[in-house]
Amino acid sequence: MTRFILPFVIFIILSVFLYKGLGRDTREVPSPLVGRAAPVFVLPLLHEPDKQFSPKQMLGKVWLLNVWASWCGACKDEHPILMELSHQNIVPIVGLDYKDKRADGEMTLARAGDPYNLVAADADGKVGFDYGVYGVPETYVIDKQGIIKYKLIGPVTPQNLRETILPLVAELQK
Amino acid sequence: MRFLLILALLLPSFSYAGVAKDIADDPVMEARMISLADKVRCLVCQSEPVSTSHSDWSNDVRNIMRDKMKAGASDQQILDMLVERFGKSVLYDPPVDKETMPLWSAPFILLLLGGVFLVFQMKKRNTQVAEASLSEQDEQRAAALLDEKPAAQKDTQA
Repeated sequence: MTRFILPFVIFIILSVFLYKGLGRDTREVPSPLVGRAAPVFVLPLLHEPDKQFSPKQMLGKVWLLNVWASWCGACKDEHPILMELSHQNIVPIVGLDYKDKRADGEMTLARAGDPYNLVAADADGKVGFDYGVYGVPETYVIDKQGIIKYKLIGPVTPQNLRETILPLVAELQK
Repeated sequence: MRFLLILALLLPSFSYAGVAKDIADDPVMEARMISLADKVRCLVCQSEPVSTSHSDWSNDVRNIMRDKMKAGASDQQILDMLVERFGKSVLYDPPVDKETMPLWSAPFILLLLGGVFLVFQMKKRNTQVAEASLSEQDEQRAAALLDEKPAAQKDTQA
């Protein structure tokens, strides 16, 4: 009897590892930026190119930085969720229009609605690079001191908004 | 004709993507950039280094490498900059440290476990009892019993 137990236990352990591996997205690489100060930048606004945005302006507030682009398919999936979030007025959302043409970015927002308090235009993607962006959309939760507390790779969904992002925002706003 | 066709089939097909082309004004620096980009994982394609990837992201990384090299950065400085933004998994050969210790030690631990298992199994085999051999007397008895069997079966059937 005992000679069957050991292989069985090994089989169970392997199964658990393989099963967990199935559910994991290998594209999700833990960001080293979490826990560090949000990289500094100054960018023109999408709607008013003569004005500028810098994360410094958000000090004292908990805010979301949402990286998107008009050419990004998954951004369309999360767009209605961001629209709803913006109507609730819980947390300011700053958009970063990543490697996009100004006209295209503006047209997308004019057509589908603009959930952003303001949008910074990162035309050459240099700022996105500093933020470790490699797959749009990405969303950062940044605290009152300007520290990145969370990074979401991929679209915001009702689930991760409810279970992760909003509880974290509420915690940080205290 | 057929011979030529077969020969063509036997030739290796060049499906290898090749090093992504970019305009290089400095071939020496370009070679240095490519050899450095070989060590960096394309995070979008995962199983391809930045040096051969055609993804937009890899293209950006190569451009940034060129810019940094022009600005006089060392290879290590460029790799450090990438790790700072994208984490250690961006390197194909991540450094041995606290975080990557499980990764680096896993093969040795598995080898050790396998070795221990093997030793135990072999020991078990040594202590196994030798097969019992029959004495001549027992053998005769066994043969006699086997011969009797058909008769006994007949008895029970009757």
